[in-house]
Amino acid sequence: MTRRDQPVIRIENVVRTYVMGQTRVRALRGVSLLIERGEYVAIMGPSGSGKSTLMNTLGCLDAPSSGRFLLDGVDVRSLDEDDLSDLRNRKIGFVFQGFNLVPKISALTNVELPLIYAGLSRGARRHRATRALQAVGMGERLDHGSNELSGGQQQRVAIARAIVTNPALILADEPTGNLDSRSTADVLKIFEDLNGSGRTVVMITHEDDVAEHADRLVRLGDGRIVSDVSLELGQATEEVGARRPVGSA
Amino acid sequence: MAIETLRTAWTGLMSHRLRTALTVLGIMIGIASVIVLIAVGKGSSDAVQESIDALGSSTLTVSASPSATTTTGATTSVTLEEADVEALEDAERAPAIKSVAPVLNASSTEIVDGSSEAEPGEFVGTTPAYREAHNYTVQSGQWFTDAQVSERARVVVIGPEVAEELFPGESGVGKTIQVNGTNFQVVGMTKAKGSSGTSSQDDNVFAPITAVEDTLAGYGELSSISVEAVSPDAVEEAEAQANSILESRHELSEGINVINQSSILEASNSSESVFTTLLTWVAAISLVVGGIGVMNIMLVSVTERTREIGIRKAIGARRSDILAQFLTEALLVSAIGGALGIAVGVIGSQFEIAGVQPAVAGYSVVLAAAASLGSGLFFGTYPAMRAARLRPIEALRFE
Repeated sequence: MTRRDQPVIRIENVVRTYVMGQTRVRALRGVSLLIERGEYVAIMGPSGSGKSTLMNTLGCLDAPSSGRFLLDGVDVRSLDEDDLSDLRNRKIGFVFQGFNLVPKISALTNVELPLIYAGLSRGARRHRATRALQAVGMGERLDHGSNELSGGQQQRVAIARAIVTNPALILADEPTGNLDSRSTADVLKIFEDLNGSGRTVVMITHEDDVAEHADRLVRLGDGRIVSDVSLELGQATEEVGARRPVGSA
Repeated sequence: MAIETLRTAWTGLMSHRLRTALTVLGIMIGIASVIVLIAVGKGSSDAVQESIDALGSSTLTVSASPSATTTTGATTSVTLEEADVEALEDAERAPAIKSVAPVLNASSTEIVDGSSEAEPGEFVGTTPAYREAHNYTVQSGQWFTDAQVSERARVVVIGPEVAEELFPGESGVGKTIQVNGTNFQVVGMTKAKGSSGTSSQDDNVFAPITAVEDTLAGYGELSSISVEAVSPDAVEEAEAQANSILESRHELSEGINVINQSSILEASNSSESVFTTLLTWVAAISLVVGGIGVMNIMLVSVTERTREIGIRKAIGARRSDILAQFLTEALLVSAIGGALGIAVGVIGSQFEIAGVQPAVAGYSVVLAAAASLGSGLFFGTYPAMRAARLRPIEALRFE
């Protein structure tokens, strides 16, 4: 399925409008973005700039009103709802802003959930979920319910759940938004390690010091990309409205 | 995956114990009432059937109506007599009739033995054929014989209730009693057989018809004639034959009543069955109410767990996974409720209810089990479909 020569994400002129009450909201007004395998991208922008809509689109939770979205070379619009579920299950690890753990079940079971839907046997699930929790430093709290965990711990369980299926793409919507500085550092370390092991990481944040950890920074404003810079080279810059991401030239 | 779905459903139910317990209770009451009410219905119809068997299901009682109409249209009065008995005994004209017994009732008799007295329900003068036709068995002593009938012997067979009044604790066989002043010797006591539905069959006294003629009732006119058909299936045939023989003998167009006692009970049995049907409807309605409870709870649960559904879909649950999860929860609730309901219903049916000893019908248990699962399936499908159709992005935004 995965084609090495394909970018993980290719979106072309994506528009997303939806109706809220009487008004039509234009959340994305023609966004084009190319993200290559192994990139670590931070997305920033003021609230209402379309960050979350973009993230939900990338995570196949929301569909564009117009424009194209290719995930690993596959046109997402051609897939039905169940195929999208499978796609989210196999290719994407989503870390939600509000953790979004299922309440009243243990950390281990939460991490096992994607594997249940992937159809793995109980033994294999246990093994992989335990390893994923160990990888985020939660190996000691497998049986804790999510309500017994601190915010930082819950976020680490959520990250373990995102990585347990070994997805190529990790999407994180303000993963440090609700965390103290200590937990923030821990979570960012995990993302760096994941990126170091070859995974593509896309992260929304509103904190500059968090964004600094990424290799590339995309700024959104009013439903459009206003800047797209590589941080790896330590310098800016491409101009506002650039359609071609850095490094593709 | 099936085990996983079951486990997930169980976890879902256990996270709202009180709510789950109340829903289970609703189903349980529905199922238990189905079983108990059907058992009560079956118990009472069993009791009626027993009475029919005790009466003798192939017995007819022939009597003359006080105003009869002759074949020429005149009004007359008829009396049944010994010759009618002989006519009915004619095997050629009445092949469906097995035996015939004349009945001569002595009215308002008083039996005295020393200081104790008894007033029997009926004092029946008859022949030995009567015993068999009415399914009486003798517990001690013996029934009087044909020889004693022709000898006009003053002997009686008494019912157990009469014996209890006159000779508490014993049968009284061999004792001599006074019936309206005349001495009779007790030769037997019948075995208790309970009520015929209208009156007790155990407080009667039986004596040779000849002795009753001599001492208590006088000659010529019979109270009625007991006719036993060759089999329960031949009762209607015997009825027709008895009617035609007697009407032609007395030259009547009408005036002979042939009553099949068990048919009276069967009529009462059919009114019982209307009652049973009503009870079953009440039970079915309570089951539907229980099922609506399941649906209500499932809808609340789906709404409350919208976000959870969104999370599950976001990490890879297909529509069928969500559908299966909620449907399994509904089925689990109703299966547990059904199992408990069957247990409660069967236990509850061991006790006498409103004078009826309920009899658990095997089919009602199967019916109840199927009904509980069926209601879970029926009332769980809509909420589960609603959950499955939720769009992940909207479900995740739900607060």
